[in-house]
Amino acid sequence: MTAALVKKRQSVSVAAYIALIPMALTVLLAYLGTMLWTARVSVSSSRTFPNSDFVGASQYIRLFNNERWLLSLQNVAVYGLLFIAACLIIGFLLAVFIDQKVMAEGALRTIFLYPYAMSFVATGLIWQWILNPELGIQEVLRKLGFTEAKFDWIVDQDMAIYTIVIATVWQASGLVMALMLSGLRGIDEELWKAARIDGIPRWRVYVSIVLPMLGPSVSTAFVLLFVMVVKVFDSVVAMTQGGPGTASEVPAKFIMDYLFGRANIGLASAASIVLLATVLAIVAPLYYVRTRRADKGI
Amino acid sequence: MKKAIKMAGATALALAGCGAFAQGAPAAAPAAAPLKATVIHWWTSGGESQAVKQFADAYNKAGGQWVDQAVAGAEQSRATTINRIVGGNAPTAAQFNTSRQFRDFVEQGLLNNVDDVAIAGKWDQVMPASILDAIKINGHFYAAPVDIHMPAWFFYSKAAYKKAGITAEPQTWDEFLAQLAKLKAAGLVPLAFGGQVWQEKITFDAIFAMVGGADLYLKVYRDRDQKAVMSPAFRQVLVDFKKLKAFVDAGSPGRNWNDATAMVVSGKAGVQIMGDWAKGEFSSARQVAGKDFGCFPGFGPKAPYIVAGDAFVFPKTSNAAAIKAQKLLATVVTSPAAQVAFNSRKGAIPIRGDVDESTLDICARQGLAIIRDKSRQLPNSEMLATPDTTGALQDVLTNYWNKNQSADDAQKAFARALKDE
Repeated sequence: MTAALVKKRQSVSVAAYIALIPMALTVLLAYLGTMLWTARVSVSSSRTFPNSDFVGASQYIRLFNNERWLLSLQNVAVYGLLFIAACLIIGFLLAVFIDQKVMAEGALRTIFLYPYAMSFVATGLIWQWILNPELGIQEVLRKLGFTEAKFDWIVDQDMAIYTIVIATVWQASGLVMALMLSGLRGIDEELWKAARIDGIPRWRVYVSIVLPMLGPSVSTAFVLLFVMVVKVFDSVVAMTQGGPGTASEVPAKFIMDYLFGRANIGLASAASIVLLATVLAIVAPLYYVRTRRADKGI
Repeated sequence: MKKAIKMAGATALALAGCGAFAQGAPAAAPAAAPLKATVIHWWTSGGESQAVKQFADAYNKAGGQWVDQAVAGAEQSRATTINRIVGGNAPTAAQFNTSRQFRDFVEQGLLNNVDDVAIAGKWDQVMPASILDAIKINGHFYAAPVDIHMPAWFFYSKAAYKKAGITAEPQTWDEFLAQLAKLKAAGLVPLAFGGQVWQEKITFDAIFAMVGGADLYLKVYRDRDQKAVMSPAFRQVLVDFKKLKAFVDAGSPGRNWNDATAMVVSGKAGVQIMGDWAKGEFSSARQVAGKDFGCFPGFGPKAPYIVAGDAFVFPKTSNAAAIKAQKLLATVVTSPAAQVAFNSRKGAIPIRGDVDESTLDICARQGLAIIRDKSRQLPNSEMLATPDTTGALQDVLTNYWNKNQSADDAQKAFARALKDE
């Protein structure tokens, strides 16, 4: 009896492994393979076509002497911090708002989630018009009589990156709201009753009890937002094209420019590897902490 | 090496799948019908598709079968071509700019030459020298040029000029600046400007050619002469370029070129410095050159005429039918009749002088007349520098234009970008 069971289990796991082979190969070839290939190209002198020579770290040296690249790293850091923080805060507040049993909840949810369903390539153009000082908010305010009104961030060297934050927060906070809302709905009604009996103010319940319980939703939202930050590209292209000048340059756009427009896949590959290394450097400690917690059973 | 390229191609295709440009080009049949020609190009706007249809018709009439493969966007189109070449499924012909964009292809031995066609068509005699320099590599012709674009035309609104009380086209740089000031005083946007890096670059090149002169231009772009870049004359070019900043509106950063042209079309702005493709915008608004808008290619009768344009390259193949198709295609697109039919719709000028010019507009006729004078031809900077260097120079100029950077710093950055190659 036991032997038969063990045998059966074994055959099942062999079959499962066989079924997983295509997936494993895909991961190895399509993901790991391209990564290794990119790493190989990044130490060659490749231009339009991949070259098989070896030039050491010279592409990396050129990369870190490139002002535009350094600026794009700085921009993505500023952008990432503001974008993630704003999305989490606004998304949480929206979820709390909807959770108050408001009227037309379904309609409001759709409205808040709607921006996320749209491609930024399309909406970015509209944001560009809204923020354009000759067409958008500034012009409207001036026509309304506020002749000194000024809102020209999108054409301002120092402020352009913040306009991207505004527009992408508009797009992504609905997603955070949806995640948080499902978390809120999972909280036991009894908890609210108990808090009400104890006379604890609502906001205090949200901050001290509900928010910590939303941990999984928050971390899911964080991971999704973090991925959006690393690959931020379409919003920049649609709104500012990295401008004015190079003021709102981001790494993904830098890589695409050098890959295609400037026919320099060597430098583009070096930039991709640096980006990958940066992400790993941020993610690895988080992953480490989580596995340790899991081991301890926290 | 070839194997490496093939492998790389497969990976590049995989990458391309995630990229924004995945255009899903259907696989071409392996030349089943004789003289079938798959052509990749990026002529997708209204006027452009009209123009390329002229080539398709001419090629079909000559006994071929044109398979159109339009890919929107020049970079995307070139990326598609590169992927298909390295993936072993090359098109019969592909569009590139008449520049150094396809130099790497030639060095890797990935292109067929069209020497027979060039010799039979006497290309050496009918085409401008700068075009020949760009397509003739190591003594072989590796591309069939199809048009000449001059990226530095000045288009002005006659209504706006009238409103500002300007009666004549400017003959010098100073006169031009004075006219811009007049336009400003009349409450108009003097210069319709699109603040995108490539537009800043062509505006700069226009000023460079006009103010700095052809000699300095060639010393900097062709010879990479560091002394010339650091000279006071070049510094003056940078200073003059920045003077234009006082005449553009606040909404210019990021603006598309056609939106800037629309400002001239509507008479809201006075003048735009743009390539002759801008004429398409005027004609789709039913404006006529010489009547509603004016055009001049620089200041005075001796101004340099910057030469740029498009060309077809022919990826390497040993298939006899495909080679025949490539040669027929090269013959057809450079023939006088197809040249006129194509270019009168494209807004460019034909690559050969021996054509019937009656269907061209007055700007194009003016351009064709100028280009016959060899001393006025000046190659586009992209013919002289790699795409990488051009990009680095664009970065320098866009920083200088948009930031509060001094001309001295910009000059140093420019020199460094040229040296880096």
